[in-house]
Amino acid sequence: MQTASAHTLFSALGDPTRRAIFERLCREGELTVWMITGPAGVSQPAVSKHLKALKEAGLVVPRREGRETHYRAEPKALTPLVDWTHDMARFWEVRFDALDDLLKRMDQ
Amino acid sequence: MTETRSVIIEREFAYAPDRLWRALTQPHLIEDWLMKNDFAPQVGHRFNLRGEWGGVLDCEVLVVEPERTLSYTWNFAHEDAAYNLESVVTFTLTPTANGTRLRMEQAGFATTQKQAFGGAHAGWKTFLENLDQVLAKLG
Repeated sequence: MQTASAHTLFSALGDPTRRAIFERLCREGELTVWMITGPAGVSQPAVSKHLKALKEAGLVVPRREGRETHYRAEPKALTPLVDWTHDMARFWEVRFDALDDLLKRMDQ
Repeated sequence: MTETRSVIIEREFAYAPDRLWRALTQPHLIEDWLMKNDFAPQVGHRFNLRGEWGGVLDCEVLVVEPERTLSYTWNFAHEDAAYNLESVVTFTLTPTANGTRLRMEQAGFATTQKQAFGGAHAGWKTFLENLDQVLAKLG
């Protein structure tokens, strides 16, 4: 099942530049805006704007250190992207655990 | 653009089919392991499953073969068509030496989430493939 936040996630990742930034943070760990700016091929304000969108979707987490903000990827935020089959299989596995628990408690 | 999806989960429980059947068909027991509901084991009966997240599933009983097969629709209506889900859930019970094997198959149509991305972006496929590798490395 999807939640409203899935829309934020999908639109955040709908932009190729943002996807590239996110991928890079996944690969390279924590980076500052300046470190991201070079290879991204866009201006620093543009990178900041993209990071803001990624942050709103929960995909990146900022960490303030002195005057600089470091960003790292938060792969857990991708959960709504996981394939439906995957999601439902996990849903049923958890339900089956609960069912097993119920069967133990039921009267003969 | 819709794709047929199917999920099959099988598990053996250390209890006889009659006990499992009760857990699958009595509303207060269904609520215990699945969701709040107004289920009744009658073909054609329409009911809702209410999830803790606030979502409501529209269901209709399709098959009732006591201690063997239970099937109902599992539909989720969403104002955004991209999130609509129409599926059928079928539980099959098979007695085993130690209890009962329960097979759950959920089959139907789930609008592909890619539609929600706002169109066909060729980049998506590559991105998701890359991501798989990245996530695998992260453990």
